[in-house]
Amino acid sequence: MTKEAEMCLEGKGLTKVFGYGTTKTVAVDHVDFKFHKGEIISIVGESGSGKTTLSKMLLGLISTSEGEILFQGKPRDIGSRAKKKEYWKGIQAIFQDPFSSYNMFNKIDSVLLDCINMRGGKGLSQKEKFDMMTEACSFVNLKFAELTNKYPFELSGGQMQRLMIARIFLLRPQILLADEPTSMIDACSRATILDMLLKLRDEINMTVIFITHDIGLAYYISDSVYIMEHGKFVEHGGADEVILSPKADYTKRLISDVPKIYEEWDLTTV
Amino acid sequence: MKNMIKQVFHSPKFVVGFVMFMLVFLTVLIYPLIVTGDPLEMIGNGAFFEPGTYVNVDEVVDSQQYKLHIDAKSKKIEKDLDQTTRDDMKEWLSKFGGVEESSIDTKDTAALLKLWQDHYSTDIKMTGLTAAKQKYFKRLGDTIVDIVNDEDLSIAEKDKESGELKEKTKIGSNVFARVSSISNRKTFILGTDNFGRDVLGELVSATKTSLKIGFAAGIVATLVGLLLGLIAGYVGGITDDIIMFITNLFTVIPSFVILILISYSIGNSRRGVGLVAIIIGITSWTWTTRSVRSQVISLRNRDHVNLSKLSGHSMFRIMICDILPYIASYVVMAFILQISTGILSEAQLSMLGLGPSTAKNATLGLMMNWAMQCSAYLNGKWWAYFPVILVIAIISFSLNLMNTGLDQVFNPQLRD
Repeated sequence: MTKEAEMCLEGKGLTKVFGYGTTKTVAVDHVDFKFHKGEIISIVGESGSGKTTLSKMLLGLISTSEGEILFQGKPRDIGSRAKKKEYWKGIQAIFQDPFSSYNMFNKIDSVLLDCINMRGGKGLSQKEKFDMMTEACSFVNLKFAELTNKYPFELSGGQMQRLMIARIFLLRPQILLADEPTSMIDACSRATILDMLLKLRDEINMTVIFITHDIGLAYYISDSVYIMEHGKFVEHGGADEVILSPKADYTKRLISDVPKIYEEWDLTTV
Repeated sequence: MKNMIKQVFHSPKFVVGFVMFMLVFLTVLIYPLIVTGDPLEMIGNGAFFEPGTYVNVDEVVDSQQYKLHIDAKSKKIEKDLDQTTRDDMKEWLSKFGGVEESSIDTKDTAALLKLWQDHYSTDIKMTGLTAAKQKYFKRLGDTIVDIVNDEDLSIAEKDKESGELKEKTKIGSNVFARVSSISNRKTFILGTDNFGRDVLGELVSATKTSLKIGFAAGIVATLVGLLLGLIAGYVGGITDDIIMFITNLFTVIPSFVILILISYSIGNSRRGVGLVAIIIGITSWTWTTRSVRSQVISLRNRDHVNLSKLSGHSMFRIMICDILPYIASYVVMAFILQISTGILSEAQLSMLGLGPSTAKNATLGLMMNWAMQCSAYLNGKWWAYFPVILVIAIISFSLNLMNTGLDQVFNPQLRD
């Protein structure tokens, strides 16, 4: 198989405009990209550069103003709810703030049960469902027996984010959009979360789109890097290529903000 | 949930409001169990009997007589000679009786009566007075003669055959009857109204009806407001624009005017209690819609809603499971205020004569309306309207207090 055939997600002239007239804001401005299967792609940029808007467009949570998204080589069709649901079987997300990612009125079981149901596991027996949830939780080093019947707010931030990964483990999408999944987590849990993401990628061979403002992290984790400034991709390429020999001024500035970028990363001290 | 309820009942404002409301509510529930019978029975033949205990006169006359060594007569005179009579006596005595004005003490009944008996005579010409005033003083003289009359009262019975009056008993001024041996007694704690109905019983039944109207109007208003607010806030776009256009339209026209117009156009004959509640409900949903919408807008972009979408949940399920629980506390508060508004609106409408037109039910507003139409306000018949005002005030005060208490629990910024 050629690399072209493995194309997973492609964007052509993707644009998002908020407001109109004097309040018009172009959040994402004609961006083009090609994400391949099994790759880890980092989208790096400072706050307000349009990273989250782009990710929401990719997820289909907000409409696109212009441009086209190709999912697995075909134009994306999310016109109806059934089609949207089908699309969301292929693309899932982890959000920035684990504390606001859960509905605090629902128990943890229901979060995981939703995933099983979405993968067509509605008819399974209670035992099978329980086993699946236990497996997913043990993948992220959580014990489901201890979590069952608990509410999300009874967990720590790191546990919640790991539960999010367990959710992805159950859903097995082709693409995972991780929107700064570690920015609200303390340093120790951060390494664990990243480790689990990488393990999950290897396990189910999915594409990970990693959105971050931390270029050091992007270098550590990704195969290719997209640098975003004011809604545009100013530079993209392999991680080494972009970070070790940056061309755009913005990239250089981002790199200069991270003093330890050339040192070897040690997971235990991240 | 348990914790939240616990927290709510730790708010002093909420507890005070809740206790006040429950007192009214329980009274409404329990009173009819104790005092059975139709609360709207027209028991009094006449309007506005004063509060008090009424005993059967026939039975008093027939009952055993007890003679007590009490000077009942002078006490009765003391009571019968009211202040205006005393002032008029003083005026006559000083003008025509030749008594020095400063030597007359209207407080001293015995001295005043003595002066009157010594100096008053029908022969004295009252010059310089209008004929009406002269006649008045003549009547005054006769009244005083009646008051001081010390003779025993005779009770006579008519002979069936001859038609002659035959004396049955004589009642002296110091004869007493034992109240508890009289079986025919009726206590009107709050008197009777213009129809001769017991105000207390009527008030309890009216409070019940008004609470029903308040609850029904509150439920209608909250449901309509919640539904429109949820749809406008969550769906957004053109749907939002249309709903908000209608909402703004209803907001700028004073809802009371709409209320009056709808009530009037429905017509007197069809305006029952339920219909009035619904009319009040469908004119007071606008603020609920506006605030629910704004809360939903801030919620719809939260991550947990996005996650729910990504899990393939339907719009309806997201609204019910992911948005409604987050605004539930607000909706409860809005509901409590709507009940209060509903009760007040009903009172306002009924005062104008546009409330429920029914003879079978009393409402707080209708009681005020009846009292107003029969000029209870002008004649000092306070028992016909003051308790009603008090009940309305207590209900809306307690509901508002509950609302403030809840507000402080749910918005910790407001705690003082």
